[in-house]
Amino acid sequence: MSTVTATAAPTNLWGGGKSPFNVEYGKLMMWYFLMSDAFTFGAFLIAYGTSRFASNGWPNPNEVFKSFPFAPEGVHAPLVFVSIMTFILIISSVTMVLAVHAGKQMDKNAVVRNLILTILGGIAFLSCQAWEWNHLHNEGAWWGANPFLNADSTQSSQAFTNFFFTITGFHGFHVFSGVIINIIMLIMTLMDKFEKRGHYLMIEKAGLYWHFVDLVWVFVFTCFYLI
Amino acid sequence: MSHTADALHHDDGSAVKEIWKVTGILSLLTIVELVFGFAMMGMTNEALRLAIKGTIVILMIAKAFYIVGYFMHLKHEVKNLIMTIVVPLALFVWFITAFLYEGNSYRNLKNRYDPYKKAQTEIKVHKNEEVKEIKTTVE
Repeated sequence: MSTVTATAAPTNLWGGGKSPFNVEYGKLMMWYFLMSDAFTFGAFLIAYGTSRFASNGWPNPNEVFKSFPFAPEGVHAPLVFVSIMTFILIISSVTMVLAVHAGKQMDKNAVVRNLILTILGGIAFLSCQAWEWNHLHNEGAWWGANPFLNADSTQSSQAFTNFFFTITGFHGFHVFSGVIINIIMLIMTLMDKFEKRGHYLMIEKAGLYWHFVDLVWVFVFTCFYLI
Repeated sequence: MSHTADALHHDDGSAVKEIWKVTGILSLLTIVELVFGFAMMGMTNEALRLAIKGTIVILMIAKAFYIVGYFMHLKHEVKNLIMTIVVPLALFVWFITAFLYEGNSYRNLKNRYDPYKKAQTEIKVHKNEEVKEIKTTVE
């Protein structure tokens, strides 16, 4: 199907009078913004990787991120909390796709319902991250302070915590902006703005941003918690 | 515009079915990643650890493909649009290779020419005294 549009369309698409990429201007610019944002995140993560490769030792993530809310102190549950955070973000991404899809069908109620679920997912993720930051801060970790030892129990550098808080913080800020954007989309939908325009293309653009936030988390999760 | 939308979503059910299929794939990939993550704990064989880490990175790229291709709908866009997004991202291949190589080389040079520093990074410390020292430096 996509190949049909791709092979048959070019002569018409580049004939002038319409977008040669067959998307609306705002959506194209959202794609280019996300591409530049991908390079920003990529630069952060690659700097982290470079530091890690340049160090003789590095903390074991399973020893650092082993706590769970309401669990007794000293509990050893690595990867559990962060996998819950990952699934929250995946599910909120799914509800966002469903909202975009409902928008294409001009189904206002389904858009509202799925946007609310997406916003709740975003807030749940931010709450988890707030808990984790608070917990690590109580353990003495912050920018410029690393209480953890390397995996081979040698002295660890502050690069570990600096990168962790900078990168998860930058990602958390993106999630926060995404939640704000989605709340604005929800208000606009409830005010029938899109019904009057006759299309829900704005929801698609917000959706692209939200999926990008999920995409970045895939990389952050892998680089900081798994490997 | 409306023509393409019709062509791509000619039938409502198949689009929703695709969303749930991709959700299933993403969840499955995440679960496999987590299984590898748990399997790696306490593993001492460095070569095997490295192989598992490589596998996790491949799974990560697969997840990225499904999110960008299906959730962000890039796979169903016009080919020229796909190319303007994906081709610049190919810079990452150089970006990652060059910088990780650089980091590794820096560590090797430092270890070779600064034996004092190298010996320092090999001193084992006890967690308790370490925490105390960090606290005093923070204050």
